[in-house]
Amino acid sequence: MEVFLQQLINGITLGSIYGLIAIGYTMVFGIIGMVNFAHGDVFMVAAFVALVAFLILTTWLGISSIAVALFIVLIVAMLFTSLVNWIIERLAYRPLRGSFRLAPLISAIGMSIFLSNFVQVSQGPRNKAIPPMVQGDFVLVTHNDYAVTLSFKQLIIWGVTAVLLVCFWYLVARTRLGRAQRACEQDQRMAALVGVNVDQTISLTFVIAAALAAVAGTMYLMYYGVVSFSDGFVPGVKAFTAAVLGGIGSLPGAVIGGLLIGLIETMWSAYFSIDYKDVAAFSVLAITLIFLPQGLFGRPDVEKV
Amino acid sequence: MTIAGDILLRVEHLTMRFGGLVAVDDLSFEARQGEITALIGPNGAGKTTVFNCITGFYKPSEGRIGLCHGDAAIWSELDALTDSGKRGITRGDSGLYLLERMPDYLVTQNARVARTFQNIRLFPGMTVLENLLVAQHNALMVASGYTLFGIFGLPSYHRAERASVEKARDWLNRVGLIHRADDPAGDLPYGDQRRLEIARAMCTDPVLLCLDEPAAGLNPRESAQLNELLMSIGNEHGISILLIEHDMSVVMEISDHVVVLDYGIKISDGAPDVVRNDPKVIAAYLGVPDHEVEKVGAEIGL
Amino acid sequence: MTEGAANQRIDTVAALRDAAITTLLAFGLFLPLIGFHTVTNIRNELELDTRWPLLFSIVAVVGVARLAYSFLLAPWLERIKLRPMATTTPAWRATFGKWFVPFCIGFVIVYPAIIIAATGFGGALKWVDNFGIQILIYVMLGWGLNIVVGLAGLLDLGYVAFYAVGAYAYALLAKEFGFSFWILLPLAGVMSSFWGILLGFPVLRLRGDYLAIVTLAFGEIIRIVLVNWVDVTNGYAGISGIPRPSFFGIPFNANDDGFAATFGLEFSPIYRTIFLYYLILALALLTAFVTVRLRRLPVGRAWEALREDEIACRSLGINTTHTKLTAFGMGAMFAGFAGSFFAARQGFISPESFTFLESATILAIVVLGGMGSQIGVAIAAIAMIGGTEIMRELDFLKQIFGESFDPTQYRMLLFGFAMVIIMVLRPRGLISTRAPSVFLKEPKPVPVDLVKQGHG
Repeated sequence: MEVFLQQLINGITLGSIYGLIAIGYTMVFGIIGMVNFAHGDVFMVAAFVALVAFLILTTWLGISSIAVALFIVLIVAMLFTSLVNWIIERLAYRPLRGSFRLAPLISAIGMSIFLSNFVQVSQGPRNKAIPPMVQGDFVLVTHNDYAVTLSFKQLIIWGVTAVLLVCFWYLVARTRLGRAQRACEQDQRMAALVGVNVDQTISLTFVIAAALAAVAGTMYLMYYGVVSFSDGFVPGVKAFTAAVLGGIGSLPGAVIGGLLIGLIETMWSAYFSIDYKDVAAFSVLAITLIFLPQGLFGRPDVEKV
Repeated sequence: MTIAGDILLRVEHLTMRFGGLVAVDDLSFEARQGEITALIGPNGAGKTTVFNCITGFYKPSEGRIGLCHGDAAIWSELDALTDSGKRGITRGDSGLYLLERMPDYLVTQNARVARTFQNIRLFPGMTVLENLLVAQHNALMVASGYTLFGIFGLPSYHRAERASVEKARDWLNRVGLIHRADDPAGDLPYGDQRRLEIARAMCTDPVLLCLDEPAAGLNPRESAQLNELLMSIGNEHGISILLIEHDMSVVMEISDHVVVLDYGIKISDGAPDVVRNDPKVIAAYLGVPDHEVEKVGAEIGL
Repeated sequence: MTEGAANQRIDTVAALRDAAITTLLAFGLFLPLIGFHTVTNIRNELELDTRWPLLFSIVAVVGVARLAYSFLLAPWLERIKLRPMATTTPAWRATFGKWFVPFCIGFVIVYPAIIIAATGFGGALKWVDNFGIQILIYVMLGWGLNIVVGLAGLLDLGYVAFYAVGAYAYALLAKEFGFSFWILLPLAGVMSSFWGILLGFPVLRLRGDYLAIVTLAFGEIIRIVLVNWVDVTNGYAGISGIPRPSFFGIPFNANDDGFAATFGLEFSPIYRTIFLYYLILALALLTAFVTVRLRRLPVGRAWEALREDEIACRSLGINTTHTKLTAFGMGAMFAGFAGSFFAARQGFISPESFTFLESATILAIVVLGGMGSQIGVAIAAIAMIGGTEIMRELDFLKQIFGESFDPTQYRMLLFGFAMVIIMVLRPRGLISTRAPSVFLKEPKPVPVDLVKQGHG
């Protein structure tokens, strides 16, 4: 029971990170119908930017307040990653809009390879480890020497994710941008005819997706304290799994899917085999798509004859 | 041997529900050998749904769809076949099939029902000739020894392929597309695409050809050509046609038998002349209740 | 102002403004990851270094490139657009088209001889192995995947799994039971094909990107199993000492019964390499030949029809389940052949060789080549694999950038970049026509705009 409780806490933390990345997949897929393969690597780039920003703040500027440092790191990572994703969309995807279906996918895969190798070449292939940013935890339950703990960093991740999701939900559900996005999802040409700036809306979608991935990247760095150039792929695929599980195109679905994938992964690691935890996540992906292709909250896709 | 006028297709109590919506409600009708049966009705009446049930694309919620090959005497085994749980039986040259039990491709392959689509579905990146060869897939598959003989280039397959090309050439001549044989199907103008789709369906060797709005989007001249083509398919090949059509000039001119649907329910069934003067049909098309038909009819000069 | 004049005149102010914006963006983009460098010091702590000169030179290069684009490239592209299109194909192109394929096949057959003549026995090894064999493996994989993606329109991102099945099947069976290469080659093909069909079954209903992602998941699952099933696969350490193929029973070694001694030659490792070269060439040509044949058979036409319109296929009585599975099985079989060849050539395999990157590379080759076009796939394989191999040979760059400069580091960076650029410039790939499989009077190439890319 204690193990279960601990894994539940760990799973929700991991799931929050997946959920933040998954929103990026789901939004981009919703609006231009493309699996943005490079999104996982955008997340990894964000973690590296957070790393550099953190080192500048702590070792050069000597900021000792972790709260201030973390806040600045988060802002810097969000701004920079948004810029990166905005440029990627302009260069690699926009010219292919309305082109053949496979072209943007290949372009995105190429971009994914480019980003991870760019980081490898510019920052080196080794794992980058930093001293723990946040230490300490609450002990929730102790039983037979097994203490169920909720660490401060887990709490920060929960808090930041929750606050950002509320802001983001407001943005999408209540603002002009959100309306424009939903209009473009339905029919880009029609949206353009009624005065929606389609290019701008799509660009902003990429920017928001990147900003959320940057939050995930910063949290990832803070949580694990280590990042490497190859860390984009697997979290990327798992976050995509989360988006699919929740029903691609559905924003609450992405978050809930992320939490589910996080929980499945931690539970599987605890009770079955840690070596095969990725197999668990990938199997969930395959099983969901085969038996529930519209996901938990997605619209069913009816075959029209 | 089949005799014109025998029952070919028997649709009984066909019902199709999508969630709470009843698209087709307890529809029964028959189509006869060598005749052209038209299925008409206002938009949203459920005509295409009936087609999709007959051709196996939808599984009906309820009902039975029987199809007979050859001697109509085999209809007497319909109930026995239904109870047996099988998809079909054959007795010598004759056969009886329950279409609602068959997946779409078997409806074409075994029961030999071919169809076209309301929004044309050609293979646009393949040439006109290739489109017609794809339609002869099953026959060629056997001839190629399920690919094995074909890989080794045995002459028996080459003969079969030449025969298929000849058949395709024949149909291209009949629909007037022989000069476009080597052009991609997606390059043809709309009317030609419609005719090609019919020719492609005919290449599957059907006993029943189901056409979903074949005259839609055609100009009057093309529409008249289409009438001729359909009549000749019926007369020369003895193939029965079931068609959905909005163009009344086509329906009234070529069909032997008309079934009228409105909101999934059959409201009239009979010869074109009978149906044309049926107040219920007029009401359905004008969108007014039965008792106002005469008044509205007088106003618009019917 | 007339339109022609407007096209000719270059707006200097706008060009400078664009260049300034681009420079600024590049500065922002490269500042964190090029301007700063994270290094681990002696105490194993992470420290920051700055690389301002490098950052500023890269930003300057980007700015100058943008200016060059505005002043040189853009006007040139404009002129090309204005030039009237040739309405008839010139005679030399028809001749070229007719002789191109026989010439290429002839060239690859005499390629080892040319290389030996040019570089001698010692130097030839590298050229035959790295450029010949390596490229031909990818050509073969590309042709195999082309059946699934290019013809049947089924997007498969886990193709490398079948390559792995073939490689491990050969490695394990050859080591455990000592079967010869010639027995195991077909066996590996059959096993891969079996896995292709097995994995194909559950995903038949999926469409488009979903199919791609599930096949990716399957590919990763197989790789993770190879990593973790240590008892059989030896995990990350891989399998070494895999028996090498012999020349129809005569081994390639320096012994008295070896190949060199038997034929009275002086021993050299090049004989085995040349033998392997012709082996993979034969396998690749077999793949091409079978695919060409299949395209003219009903099954091949059904694949292409499936890519064009699945519902229409079903309405014509085609069993789409069987058709898809044959495509999966056939594609997987060739991957299995290639995999067993790979294991035999390397003598060592590990899960590292079967990552997602390999699947992505093979798919990129198929799409860059122009879906369904065999010549295009071959050209794309030569360009992409040969291009990255060439990066290994650019030692002269060290004289420019200093001794610490290692061009091989940049291989995959440029590979990814090239994928994006080629897609942006030629979204339909290099070869943009489809050859019809049958014709009545004359074969007319189908413009690729009409060809669908499948939804499955």
